[in-house]
Amino acid sequence: MRSRFILGEVGTGLRRNLSMAASVVLVTMVSIFLLGLGLLAQRQADTMKGYWYDRIQVTIFLCNAVAVQPNCQGQPATDAQKQTIKAQLQAMPEVENVYYESEQQAYDRFKQQMSGSQVLDNLKVGDIPSSYRVQLKDPTKFAVVTSQFDGAPGVASVQDQEKVLKPLFTVINVVTWVAVVLAAAMVVCASLLMGTTIRQAAVTRRREIAIMRLVGASSMTIRMPFIIEMLIVSVLGVFLAGVALWTLLHFVFDGKLSQMSGAWIGTGDLWVLAPWMVLGAAALATVTSVVALRRYLRI
Amino acid sequence: MIRFDKVSKVYPRSTRAALDDVTLDIERGEFVFVVGPSGSGKSTLLRLVLREELPTDGTVLVAGQNLSQMSARQVPRLRREMGAVFQDFRLLPGKTVHQNVAFALQVIGKPGHVIRQLVPETLEMVGLGGMGGRLPHELSGGEQQRVAIARAVVNKPSILLCDEPTGNLDPKISLEIVHLLGRINRTGTTVVMATHDDEIVNDLRKRVIQLDEGAMVRDERDARYEPMAPLSTDAAHRPAGAGGATKQKPGAAPAVARKGKA
Repeated sequence: MRSRFILGEVGTGLRRNLSMAASVVLVTMVSIFLLGLGLLAQRQADTMKGYWYDRIQVTIFLCNAVAVQPNCQGQPATDAQKQTIKAQLQAMPEVENVYYESEQQAYDRFKQQMSGSQVLDNLKVGDIPSSYRVQLKDPTKFAVVTSQFDGAPGVASVQDQEKVLKPLFTVINVVTWVAVVLAAAMVVCASLLMGTTIRQAAVTRRREIAIMRLVGASSMTIRMPFIIEMLIVSVLGVFLAGVALWTLLHFVFDGKLSQMSGAWIGTGDLWVLAPWMVLGAAALATVTSVVALRRYLRI
Repeated sequence: MIRFDKVSKVYPRSTRAALDDVTLDIERGEFVFVVGPSGSGKSTLLRLVLREELPTDGTVLVAGQNLSQMSARQVPRLRREMGAVFQDFRLLPGKTVHQNVAFALQVIGKPGHVIRQLVPETLEMVGLGGMGGRLPHELSGGEQQRVAIARAVVNKPSILLCDEPTGNLDPKISLEIVHLLGRINRTGTTVVMATHDDEIVNDLRKRVIQLDEGAMVRDERDARYEPMAPLSTDAAHRPAGAGGATKQKPGAAPAVARKGKA
């Protein structure tokens, strides 16, 4: 009987104060959307790191006849130098794998990657020097290799591919922080608005509340309708935010970006975040309600 | 049932005691009038029993429990043992008579079949049989007060507290209401009724506790109530917010003169 009664009270409360309920839904939606955006951006960064770190290599370019680096002194690397470099690399505990790429192989690979481009017309074998491609056990430890081989005999240059990706990660980090800071501000707005809404509802229903207290309703019974109302509107807000995020992921990420490469988040990532967003909003609604009601619904 | 031991109550932001060193004992099943002019502490006395307020000094015991030592959790249980009726009825305007009475049971979690049985039964007892579907504004003042009484007693409380229940009613209806309270009292319910209507008190001849400016000045069985004549001091000493508000009996000019109020 009590649960049916409480649900009836919830319905009346929401109908009476529809515009306030709608505003709570919208504010919750925006705050959870921004929060979701921040979390998704972070996941995007992680996905990318994972993807690229599987492929990331340190490349040690060897000197050849046309090398301009002062270290080469215009001489191609000798076989002895190559052997020394290879042996040193294989002796390093950080190194997972070492491949040798000859000038011909480098030329073929470039031709394949750039097929159809005009650049190829002017490219000859030897323009790209031969190299050792080094796969690391821990991709973040590239500096060890870089420092040891930079300027070693027969080495033209050491290139680390993480440098190429750094600006991208920086952008993602900025997006994450902006979204999270905005989300935090919106969460404060949401909780203030919830508090105001709940107090207004308590004032609207002060007659009922006075009678309830008088006849000995427990404080739980008195508070429950307000808390449930806030739970309903905030979960509705989360649902709408979820729909917005899903739309974004489905059409932009799954649709366009994933055709370009595999390092993008998709709608699957949203399902991982969704339970946390619902829990977070529910916790916010409950805590705000209890705090807002504490002063108004004293026994 | 209700015991006051040297109870004083001073409201915050007030210098005068609303209730001053009151000691009294009300037995189970008694019918007690609490009389006195406005601001004499009648409402404060009832509010202390309801634990709407806590005493500044002394102890209030209800059914053996010291209300000052009671935790907030226990208060609802205490209030389920009490019914309360007020001068302004306090009905919920959007609910029918039946719903108003049922509300008191719903919020304490009584099952539906109990409510369906108790509510019509109680409405019948207060003389509103068959009027369950009406809305409060469709009823006369006397009928509205009967609804309020039905709501107060539907859970069969052992104590019924009435704060000027006839304050808004004309004398004939007032007597009917008080006789209804008398009937409820005869079923074993302790009734405490605050009033300053001497006609009612003199008609029923019950125990009378008289308050004046917070102090108990009389406690007498089968007593009468003669409001002390020209109460020029009454208005001068009345504190803002303490005790009952100024009462006006509708269409009763002689009553105003009789109470010495201007």
